[in-house]
Amino acid sequence: MELEEQLLPPMANGELLFDAPWQGRVFGIARVLCEQGHFLWADFREALIIRISAWDQSHPGHDPYIYYDHFLAALTDLLSRKNLCSFSELLERDEQFRVRPHGHDH
Amino acid sequence: MAENDHEPQAIRAEALESLLIEKGLLTADAIDDVIVRYSERVGPMNGASVVARAWSDPEFRSRLLEDGTSAIKEFSFEGGQVEKLVVVENTEKVHNAIVCTLCSCYPWAVLGLPPKWYKDPQYRSRIVSEPRTVLKEMGLDLPADVEIRIWDSSAEVRYMVLPRQPELSIGKSDEELAQLVTRNSMIGVESL
Repeated sequence: MELEEQLLPPMANGELLFDAPWQGRVFGIARVLCEQGHFLWADFREALIIRISAWDQSHPGHDPYIYYDHFLAALTDLLSRKNLCSFSELLERDEQFRVRPHGHDH
Repeated sequence: MAENDHEPQAIRAEALESLLIEKGLLTADAIDDVIVRYSERVGPMNGASVVARAWSDPEFRSRLLEDGTSAIKEFSFEGGQVEKLVVVENTEKVHNAIVCTLCSCYPWAVLGLPPKWYKDPQYRSRIVSEPRTVLKEMGLDLPADVEIRIWDSSAEVRYMVLPRQPELSIGKSDEELAQLVTRNSMIGVESL
């Protein structure tokens, strides 16, 4: 976490708004889709509560709690349920990106 | 940056963004705009100006405490969730603090995005079960006769604390007053 915190702005109240750039991207994705009417924020909140309560109940003591892990998982759950993006196409694209040659930069 | 891009979650996020762009559901620029909005224009400075006004204008203070949602409309803040805002006032005898026990609900329009500790399981559970201890650990040691009230956010209602005005600040301009108001005082984990 300490390393990530040195990476990038944006800041809020003297603290980083996001620990890593991907966290800002997923926050942005969720807000844009919501603001464009693809889902209500209350729908997203419900999906987020399911993911967070699963973590709270399982208490994996050795795992650090990374809020945006749950945020991303909740977002993909919701997008699949709303037929906006299926798990299978996401996993396929994920796999393509994962095997990219090292050093690839967009 | 390159190393960070190879984190599994960073790859997952990039994969998701690229798919949604291809589907025509969003653009990279729209995502950038949201990030800029929340880092530059939607933040605790908005809440601080509301608090300053409440301190200097008793009529506004009454309206704010009666119906926070309507009262802050006068400020035309950007963004934020569509929800009801309830402002709770600290007094000599009552201290308020806010939490979202289930996830991370927070009054975005007035405070921006929540700090990391606010979203942590520790704060979410302990501020309810042992508020006095948690506040003390965060540097706020309240006298035993002060009642502590904890307000749990919901899908419909978000809370903000109206901190007590420091006595020495009476008579200052709204702008000067706003400078004194911290984010943590509006969450209720700090006194001014």
